[in-house]
Amino acid sequence: MNVSAAPHVRSKDTTSSIMRDVAIALAPTLIFGIWNFNRYGYGLNAFLLIVICVVFCVGTEFIYEKLMKKPNTIGDLSAVVTGLILALNLPATLPLWIAALGSIFAILVVKMVYGGLGQNFMNPALGARCFLVISFAARMTAFPAEFPGVSVGVDTVATATPLTALKAGATVDVFKMFIGTTSGTIGETSVVAVLIGAIYLVARKVISLRIPVTFIVTTLVFVELFGGHMGDMNYLLAHLCGGGLVVGAFFMATDYVTSPITPMGQIVFGIIIGILTGIFRLFGGSAEGVSYAIIITNLLVPLIERFTMPKAFGKEAVKK
Amino acid sequence: MGLSTFKGGIHPYEGKELSEDKAIMKLEPKEVLVFPMGQHLGAPANPTVAVGDKVLVGQRIGEASGFISANICSSVSGTVKAIEPHLTTGGAMSLSVIIENDFNYTPVEGFGVKRDYKALSAEEIRNIVKDAGVIGMGGAGFPTHVKITPKDDNAIDYVIINGAECEPYLTSDYRLMLEETEAMIGGLKVVLSLFPKAKGIIGIEENKPEAIKKVKELVAGESDISVCELKTKYPQGGERMLIYATTGRKINSTMLPADAGCVVNNVDTMISIYMAVCESTPSIRRTLTVTGDAMNNTANVQVRTGMSYKEILDEVGGFKTTPEKIISGGPMMGAAMFDIDVPVTKASSALLALTKDEVAKYEPTACIRCGRCVAACPSNLIPQKMAEAAERFDDETFEKLEGMECFECGSCTYVCPAKKRLTQAFKQSRASVAAARRAKAAAAAKK
Ligand code: SF4
Ligand code: SF4
Repeated sequence: MNVSAAPHVRSKDTTSSIMRDVAIALAPTLIFGIWNFNRYGYGLNAFLLIVICVVFCVGTEFIYEKLMKKPNTIGDLSAVVTGLILALNLPATLPLWIAALGSIFAILVVKMVYGGLGQNFMNPALGARCFLVISFAARMTAFPAEFPGVSVGVDTVATATPLTALKAGATVDVFKMFIGTTSGTIGETSVVAVLIGAIYLVARKVISLRIPVTFIVTTLVFVELFGGHMGDMNYLLAHLCGGGLVVGAFFMATDYVTSPITPMGQIVFGIIIGILTGIFRLFGGSAEGVSYAIIITNLLVPLIERFTMPKAFGKEAVKK
Repeated sequence: MGLSTFKGGIHPYEGKELSEDKAIMKLEPKEVLVFPMGQHLGAPANPTVAVGDKVLVGQRIGEASGFISANICSSVSGTVKAIEPHLTTGGAMSLSVIIENDFNYTPVEGFGVKRDYKALSAEEIRNIVKDAGVIGMGGAGFPTHVKITPKDDNAIDYVIINGAECEPYLTSDYRLMLEETEAMIGGLKVVLSLFPKAKGIIGIEENKPEAIKKVKELVAGESDISVCELKTKYPQGGERMLIYATTGRKINSTMLPADAGCVVNNVDTMISIYMAVCESTPSIRRTLTVTGDAMNNTANVQVRTGMSYKEILDEVGGFKTTPEKIISGGPMMGAAMFDIDVPVTKASSALLALTKDEVAKYEPTACIRCGRCVAACPSNLIPQKMAEAAERFDDETFEKLEGMECFECGSCTYVCPAKKRLTQAFKQSRASVAAARRAKAAAAAKK
């Protein structure tokens, strides 16, 4: 007979069931990405990038734990999710070895060195993406040609995404951006695919709307106020549908480990990412900025939490 | 009108269908009954009988040893066989009076005599409740005479019956609300008579429509008693949550319900008050739910205190399969037992036998900061941070995080996907902080 402390019952949710839900929710986005870039002849490469990211993320965690004689945790599926999120942040044209390198970096440097799941202060997939952008700038922006007429700087390998085109003054087709038949990274083009997954996550109570909604709304308000296109609906919708805003809001900013645990903190967190995204988009060098905004705000989480501690029930009560 | 409730909480599997339709069954004990002197919150009682003494039903065998303490009365007539430590449901040993039943059930003088509470003064009523050894029967076992003796009787606005019975599996309060409705409301009227300004509220979770209907019918003519329908959610019956849901008032851990103008008693307690005051019967019986998927039969039983859990189990029909876990009380706050040869006390609420132990099924893993514990905590705490402090034995941070506001409801532990044993850690930290506070107070008193 077992004797242990109360409570004696447990909910069915486990870390792996939650991670499995996230993986399921990412499926529409990734499948759409493969289909979309297949039109440019990069479908197979996109598929292989996804596989490589997952295999190398899980493999790195497995080998690291073997070598360090730590308990094996790949069963929690968090490395699978990291692999999938990294993959959707890569251009479909990327050589596979770079994806492998990014995966190793994500798990080894951003996650395991800090003590593994729950201890990292930066989203591993986004950390790795930024590492790759810095190391392989040209390759990481080598998107299949969509706006061949728009040149982005001196680098001729890179072709424009809708947002860079928008920044350069072109008009973009917002409907195409919503559906996702445009250029960009594997997982950032289709808003509709992301939303299908997001609805699933919200319905399964895996994520709350606090972070994604405040993040998106703040970005749009910022762009509306400071973008110089006041009242231009097409411009605003392009910002909503482009640059991975929606996928970042629902799948990256909501990463449990690197977002605040206090409900009020989550709102503050969403607002800060939104402001940073707006700043980077309007005044920064690149047109996107979502990833940087998220990882910078990740670093502020301990501070945000400190100032958003809720008041305990009945704390304000006074004896009669 | 929306249902009254609180923020946070959880919806575990209720399991009430296993026993909710079983009428209360009275069981009689065998030869030996055990009466632990510490079955309430506060100081244990002192035995007032000696080995070899003859005792009668309702006779006092343990005397309250302070203001926060309670008398213990014998539930049978017979002979005191021994006075020695005996295992209790919580796993601790408690000095106990052990009585050999003579099966005559000869009562003490005056036992069972009908009384009209209206003819009694407030002081007489309080003394009767105290003498009868009535304690809170919802689990904590707080002496009832203390609860109904606030500083100022005029400051009490509400007397609340806790009919939430939010613990999964438990159905004995539900059965009592159906089968002993008059006595429960009688008890409420007795308590209301103590407080000139108070109104009565009976809080019942909406998953007990039959009870709501029955009680509503009975209080239909009473202008100062109302039924408050509560949302079905654990821990709706937590005292702080119940007071908030029924009156909108809030109390914290440093306050008593009376500080918010409330007196709260559970269903069985109200009936015990009625029996003590109106029927001259001290607190010597207990209604329990016997349930769980490992049972051959489920039941709601009414027994004399001091009877062994084992006898109850045998009478109800034994185990179908070997249970992996046996619990005294509900699955959220009850105590796991390693031996069921322990006596039923006034605070016992259930015997629950489960074939699967969900605690053993999952190993605790790393926290993923998912925030589920935060959303579930009815006290609006951050269990995740409290756990970090508790794991480092950092009592100072634990206190700063308002860890003392935790009432160990178990909601956070229930929802945690990492299966961390949060409540267990909080129990330890809270005990350690409380001990340090006591030591500090004692040192200050010496100076
Ligand atoms: S529920 Fe468990 S895993 Fe989630 S934040 Fe709380 S302690 Fe961590
Ligand atoms: S056990 Fe304590 S910390 Fe956990 S939910 Fe209940 S009150 Fe909150």
